[in-house]
Amino acid sequence: MSFDPYAARAEFPILSRQVNGRPLAYLDSAASAQKPQAVIDAMVRTMTHSYANVHRGIHTLGNEATEAYEGARETVARFIKAAGPHEIVFTKGATEAINLVASSFGRDFQPGDEIVLTEMEHHANLVPWRMLAERTGAVIRYVPVTEEGALDLAAFRALLNPRTRMVAVVHMSNVLGTVNPVAEMAAAAREVGAAVLLDGCQAAVHAEVDVQALGCDFYAFSGHKLYGPTGIGVLWGKAERLEAMPPYQGGGEMIESVSLERVTYGPPPGRFEAGTPQVIEAAGLKAAIDWLQAQDRSAIAAHERALYDHTLERLRGANDIRIFGEAPDKGAILSFELQGAHAHDVAQILDRYGVAVRAGTHCAEPLMHRFGVTSTARASFALYNTREDADAFVDALDKARTFFA
Amino acid sequence: MTAAVLEHAPSPPEAALAELAEEFELLGDWEERYRHVIDLGRELQPLSPVERTDANKVRGCASQVWLVTEPQGDRLQFRGDSDAHIVRGLIAILLRLYSGRSPDQILNFDAKVAFAGLGLSGALSTQRSNGLNAMLARIRADAERLAEN
Repeated sequence: MSFDPYAARAEFPILSRQVNGRPLAYLDSAASAQKPQAVIDAMVRTMTHSYANVHRGIHTLGNEATEAYEGARETVARFIKAAGPHEIVFTKGATEAINLVASSFGRDFQPGDEIVLTEMEHHANLVPWRMLAERTGAVIRYVPVTEEGALDLAAFRALLNPRTRMVAVVHMSNVLGTVNPVAEMAAAAREVGAAVLLDGCQAAVHAEVDVQALGCDFYAFSGHKLYGPTGIGVLWGKAERLEAMPPYQGGGEMIESVSLERVTYGPPPGRFEAGTPQVIEAAGLKAAIDWLQAQDRSAIAAHERALYDHTLERLRGANDIRIFGEAPDKGAILSFELQGAHAHDVAQILDRYGVAVRAGTHCAEPLMHRFGVTSTARASFALYNTREDADAFVDALDKARTFFA
Repeated sequence: MTAAVLEHAPSPPEAALAELAEEFELLGDWEERYRHVIDLGRELQPLSPVERTDANKVRGCASQVWLVTEPQGDRLQFRGDSDAHIVRGLIAILLRLYSGRSPDQILNFDAKVAFAGLGLSGALSTQRSNGLNAMLARIRADAERLAEN
C-alpha cells in the first residue's frame, strides 16, 4: 500500500476553503483535526435514517441506533487491540476519560499515596490528579523533562516506590511531539504495583496503538483529534480494573435495578456511561476509524515525518527560531519561538496568510515554565497536509519576521 | 492638574477616533495596517516591571495584558501593556480612545464599532486568547465605579 496525501486531502471538504483570500494551510490538527466526508456522511446518515435513543428500543430505529453505537464500540476495541468491546467506555472526550479514572479508580487513595505525572502533561492529565490529591491527601511527583524534550527515565525510576498508586503519562506530547517509551515505563510501574494511565490523544492518531502490548491499565483519547467528531472520547480500561471501579456519575443506562431505597449498578462499560449516549458521535467516530484504517498508516506516519523534516530543514538556516522538542523519537509537531515576536503575534500574522497555527501554553503551563517561556507557537502536521502547506508556513514565517524586525 | 483645566469637558473619544481614522485612511492593505498597529505599540510607554502585577493583569490566554487605572478628578487615565506586539498596538489604540475621558464618555463609546471602522474588526473578537475584550470590560467597570461615586 501507499499513501497519496492529495487524494486524501480531497476527501476533507473544509480544506478547500480560503482564509483571508489565501488557500488554507491548516497546521493545527494537534488541537482538532478536520473531518473527511465519510465522517460527515455517517453522522448525517444516523440523524436522517437510524436515529433514536439506544439500548431501550423495541422498535426498529432504536435497534438500529443501538447497533450503530455498539458497533462503534467494537470498532474502537479492534482499533486499539483491546481484549473486547466490554473494555471500551465512551466519554465526552479524553478529559472526561481521565477525570473518570481519577475520580473512580482514585476514590480509595490514602494520604501519602503517590501519583507520578510528568512535566509535559496536558492540563487534562494534570488537573484531575491535582483535584484527587487535594481530596485524598495523595502526593504528586513529576518526572522531569530534559532539554531536548524527553523524559528523564532515571529520575522516573527513582520516583517509583511501593506508595506509587498511579503513573499517568502522555504517550505523545502535544507540545514537543515526543513519543515517550511508555511500554518500558509501564513495566517499571507494574513492578511496584502501580496502575498506568496513558494519555493517547496524539498517539492514537499518529501511531498504531496496541493497549495490551503497551502493558498499561487505562488508555484515553478523543474523537476530534482522530478526524472524528467532538463530543466523544474513549476510555479503555483493562476489564478487571473497570469491574473493580465504582460508578463515576449516576443516572440512566448505568444501573441494574433501582428502588427507592437501593440501587445496584450494571457492569462495565455501561456502568460508566450514565445518561443518553452520543449515538451520532459514536457513528462519526466509527467512520473516522474505518476511514483511517483503510489507509496505509505507516505510509501516513512517514509522510507526516517527511513534512516535519522538510519544514525543519527550511527553518534550520534561521538563527532567530528556537525549536522546542528535539527528542529522537518524535511525531510531526513543531513548537517554536520566533525571536523578537510573541507567539500570539506570529499566529496572527500567519493567519493573515492563510496559515493556521496555534499560539499559547497549549494547556501545558508547567512545560512552558520548564522551558522558561510563557507561550510557544505550534505547527502540527496531519495526513492531509502537503509540501505546499509546509512551504506556505515557512514563507509566511519569513514575512512575519519583517513585521517585528 | 489645575482647576481651570478640569472645568473644560475632556475631548471626547470621537475626536480621537477621527484622528485615528485619518491615520488609517492613508494605509493600504492589511499589511500596512498591521505594521502601523505594531508601530503604535512600539510608541506606547511600557509599564514598569513593578506595575506588571497580578492585580493589574487582565486575563488573556496566548498573550499577557496589563492595565493600570488612575482616576484624575472626574476622569480616568489608563496605561496598558502587553508582551505581544500586535496586542500592544491595539492597546495603544484603545488607550487613545479611552484614556483621559469622563466615565460618561467612556460608557457611551462603542469600541467595537470604532475598531471595525479602522479595519481592525477582528481585534475585539470574543476569543479569549486576546485580552483586549477583558481590558475593555475592565475600563468600563472602572468608569462605572467612578460614575457611582
